[in-house]
Amino acid sequence: MGDALKKDLIVIEKLAKSYGDVRAIQELDLRVYAGEIFGFLGPNGAGKTTTIRVLTTLTKPTSGSASINGFDVVKDAIHVKKAIGVVQQHLSLDRDLTLRENMEFHARLHQLGSADRRQRIDELLDYVELEEYADRMIEPLSGGMKRRVAIVCALLHNPKLLFLDEPTVGLDAQGRRRMWDLVRQLNLDGTTIFLTTHYIEEAEALCNRVGIMHHGRLIALGSPLSLREKLGEVVVESLGKESSYRFFDDRASANSYVQTLPPDARTVTIRDSNLEDVFLKLTGQKVDDA
Amino acid sequence: MSTTLNDIYSVLWVDLRSLRHQWRSVIITSIVTPFLYLLVFGYGLGQSINVGGVSYLTFVIPGIIALTAFSTSFGGAAFKLQVDRFFFKSFDEFLMSPVSFFSIVVGKSLIGVVRGLISSVAILLVGIVLSPTLIVSPLFVLVLLVSCAVFAMFGVLAAFITPTHQGMFVFNSVVVVPMTFLCGTFLSLSGLPQAVNLALYVLPLTPSAQCLRAAALGQPFPWLSFALLLGYGVAFLFGSIFILQKTSV
Repeated sequence: MGDALKKDLIVIEKLAKSYGDVRAIQELDLRVYAGEIFGFLGPNGAGKTTTIRVLTTLTKPTSGSASINGFDVVKDAIHVKKAIGVVQQHLSLDRDLTLRENMEFHARLHQLGSADRRQRIDELLDYVELEEYADRMIEPLSGGMKRRVAIVCALLHNPKLLFLDEPTVGLDAQGRRRMWDLVRQLNLDGTTIFLTTHYIEEAEALCNRVGIMHHGRLIALGSPLSLREKLGEVVVESLGKESSYRFFDDRASANSYVQTLPPDARTVTIRDSNLEDVFLKLTGQKVDDA
Repeated sequence: MSTTLNDIYSVLWVDLRSLRHQWRSVIITSIVTPFLYLLVFGYGLGQSINVGGVSYLTFVIPGIIALTAFSTSFGGAAFKLQVDRFFFKSFDEFLMSPVSFFSIVVGKSLIGVVRGLISSVAILLVGIVLSPTLIVSPLFVLVLLVSCAVFAMFGVLAAFITPTHQGMFVFNSVVVVPMTFLCGTFLSLSGLPQAVNLALYVLPLTPSAQCLRAAALGQPFPWLSFALLLGYGVAFLFGSIFILQKTSV
């Protein structure tokens, strides 16, 4: 299906946000389609979280516009709030309450009636396999469990669009894989996902399309594969004091190039390119270093 | 209208649940200080001094009830809101929900009202035993309710305008502590110069203490002070809503 046939769920036009002299987002144009997992990739301070804060109505843009499901985030904030669920990077759970109470709090805020509240809470507890912890206080739960609780809290009102800000930060490898499975399952069940991450492998594993942010600007947009194809799917990495990278369309070309290197050449590796290489090529920096 | 009431209750509900989990510590922290005031200012000094024809004990109990309403309503609303904003970071959940800013401000104030009433009623019951001449009329109850609501909304406003925990400590030292002693809770303001007297009416605890005392002692009721107290409530409510509108959508 071409982009022209897809339904826009998020439309961002010339969006900018400044804090004094600091320009957190600059002239951002972006469309996110219904049904996809869209990833915002970039280092800390790139403008990812600010963009989410604008889209989730927490922060007013300085200029430009953004709409979700046809509703402007400034003028129609109430309709936007009904259409979205949000899991922030810092888990905004009330640690004075039990898991079930946290869920009930969210359900009440989203104006669910008492019968709907009970039904949705039971459904979602079952969905993320946390029934046995339902009446325990939040604080002693593991980081992965807390994050799953935060996600189900955001799903109680059946949002069309779920924002996940750094959904696996602080989780161990097993917790991260479980979270990826949950995100994929949610998407298969019909929820559009907009996530931010600074983990390359997360963006590649989950996202249909990614946007790469750097210093508040969108510097690349497309599927992980298309971004790698533009660069070259295979990279020859020469490691040393100043590492160098050369990109090729296929392994045969990469092998031919390596044959031409002098016998005393530095350590050379041939591997598939990744989104880190895309970021490095576009910015001259690694995501973690930027 | 019913949606607004439901939303207000939803905002209050989470704080009531939290209160239920911590009721012992809440009760203790809410009543220890006013009981100390009652012991020192009331029982200690109260027997030997006469103020305007009544014993100091009888005079000071309504002031201590006003002070209790102030400190627990203000603190109950302000500190829970600060915890939500800076520690749990759960206040964003209110802002991202379809609940109106009006409902958020009123709902977050109500936990202060609940805590203020619990403490004030506890002090009132002791006060009635110590000084049986106190009159607990419907007017007294009305003033107590309004005072708790005004002070709780003051707490919500303070929590919004102080950007950090440290800011709240500064606000507490510069505004709350002076109010404790200056607003006619322990002393009559009638002997003060007119200008100072007027200046003290800038602080909302002054009309509250004056109204509660008049109602409890059967004195002519200062309706102008009551109107001023209501005015403060309206100003704090709309001030809080204005700040929410200014800082978010």
